[in-house]
Amino acid sequence: MKLTRAEVDHIAELAKLELTEEEKEKFREQLSAILEYAEMLQRLDTEAIPPTATVLPLRNVMRPDEAGSSFPLEDILANAPQAEDSYFKVQAILE
Amino acid sequence: MELYELTIHQAHELLRKGEISSVELTQALLDRIVEIDNQIKAYLTLTPELALEQAREADARIAALRREGRLDRLNPLIGIPMAVKDVICTKGVPTTCASRILEDFIPPYDATVMELLYQAGAVLLGKTNMDEFAMGSSTENSAFFPTHNPWDLDRVPGGSSGGSAAAVAADEAIFALGSDTGGSIRQPASFCGIVGLKPTYGRVSRYGLVAFASSLDQIGPLTKDVRDAALVMNVIARYDPRDSTSVNLPTPDYTKALVPDIEGLRVGVPREYFIEGMQPGVEAAVRAAIEKLAELGAEVEEVSLPHTDYSLPTYYLIAPAEASANLARYDGVKYGLSCSDAEDIWDAYRKTRQRGFGPEVKRRIMLGTYALSAGYYDAYYLKAQKVRTLIKQDFDRAFERFDVLVAPTSPTVAFRLGEKVEDPLQMYLSDIFTLSMNLAGICGISIPCGFAHNGSEETSELPVGLQIMGPAFGEEAMLRVAYAYEQATEWHKRRPALITEARN
Repeated sequence: MKLTRAEVDHIAELAKLELTEEEKEKFREQLSAILEYAEMLQRLDTEAIPPTATVLPLRNVMRPDEAGSSFPLEDILANAPQAEDSYFKVQAILE
Repeated sequence: MELYELTIHQAHELLRKGEISSVELTQALLDRIVEIDNQIKAYLTLTPELALEQAREADARIAALRREGRLDRLNPLIGIPMAVKDVICTKGVPTTCASRILEDFIPPYDATVMELLYQAGAVLLGKTNMDEFAMGSSTENSAFFPTHNPWDLDRVPGGSSGGSAAAVAADEAIFALGSDTGGSIRQPASFCGIVGLKPTYGRVSRYGLVAFASSLDQIGPLTKDVRDAALVMNVIARYDPRDSTSVNLPTPDYTKALVPDIEGLRVGVPREYFIEGMQPGVEAAVRAAIEKLAELGAEVEEVSLPHTDYSLPTYYLIAPAEASANLARYDGVKYGLSCSDAEDIWDAYRKTRQRGFGPEVKRRIMLGTYALSAGYYDAYYLKAQKVRTLIKQDFDRAFERFDVLVAPTSPTVAFRLGEKVEDPLQMYLSDIFTLSMNLAGICGISIPCGFAHNGSEETSELPVGLQIMGPAFGEEAMLRVAYAYEQATEWHKRRPALITEARN
């Protein structure tokens, strides 16, 4: 499984990662090698095997619908790169 | 014996008898860190003021219980100084995950395990180095600096909990916490000659553990002996409603499993765990350890886990897929690094993540994103989840016949710094014996079982780890075998000579 440069560009865009030209070429080679190695899984017939997403018996976990306390606003905003009043500040999304 | 060399249970005896105070013990550890951490580089952040404050509180609690004549109520962890991997949230103390993207992050809350340890009276010395976001097997993927193996400073301590393992091995903490997604507690414990326990998935709360691969991550102890591992488990293995994958089972007293008797216990040896390319010294030490178990009365028999070969590719599709989803949150908005020199918000996301993440994290995000992307999901991610079922079934069948399974923890002893950084696949192979347990959700422990040279070179002898695996929620059988072996051998008492020389 050899990845193309176009595929690397596409994945980087999906992952919202800006990559340098060297990184793209390096990842293209390294990911190709890893995916090639992963090809061995295709040897197994898994037609009738259910997938395991978690080892625990699947169940929904509910708590009583009661209001609890939340973090103080200033504690939460303390880590924000940019904040104004009681908001996180980001660049304009809609012009 | 120096105070910093004590185990938890030894230090507890002295604290209980009033022969030492927690402040003295804590100061001894802080001095030790100042003395040698410039060689080891186990810590990212030190918290000396907090530690001494917590130690004074512990001393006050001990004094109060002594006055009331209720010293039997003392938690064995009271006043004991510990190190915590920098992936576990500590309120008011930086938690960086050894990543530039979280360099300035100070959590507004404590992880559940921290709340439990503080309630028990444990003292926080600081936060330890690791592979960035716990992705790696050598601690070289830290964005800040590598950690050195106390047994040979030119070698890696293993990873990703390399700082925690090195801190315990170098007597820079009485015990430490790590996290294990594919071997990140057991492999560094093996490389550093200490005990490392990965609990069953769901046994210890993940609330406040920065997520890497949510279906695989578990927090666990790194300690100087098996009794200490049981003592830490007694405190941290608690049901937590804040973690939806925490399992609501009562916590056993794990120290009750510490009986030096394994007569008739059924021990399986998976033949697929003795592979070509394994260092002969490692194989010899592990084979000798298995013979020792038979000598002690265990019924040892070979078993097959036929899908073992598939666990590495399965893991390296599932873990990066989960990581790529978990790490989508680092967008520079609510916390962490943020690049403001961007054209628009999309450009800001791309630049923030470009500058904030290191090469291995980017590699795994790319791999995981690919495995989850349209057109490849069935062939890679779904396929891996199906093979995960087969791997789990191998263990289910084996545990019908055996109480525990034993194998090497890693195919090699600690390798040289820089030896594998350029070849990710070679680095991934270091975890080939540990990651199946995370895929199956079962528990595992690595304990010291000897020393070996690294290949043909004329080098120092380095620790070898014996891995004991138990079924889900079968920590007690695993601890019993570990304890019986430890009591019958002396490996766990050896100290890195290099450090002793440095002290004199």
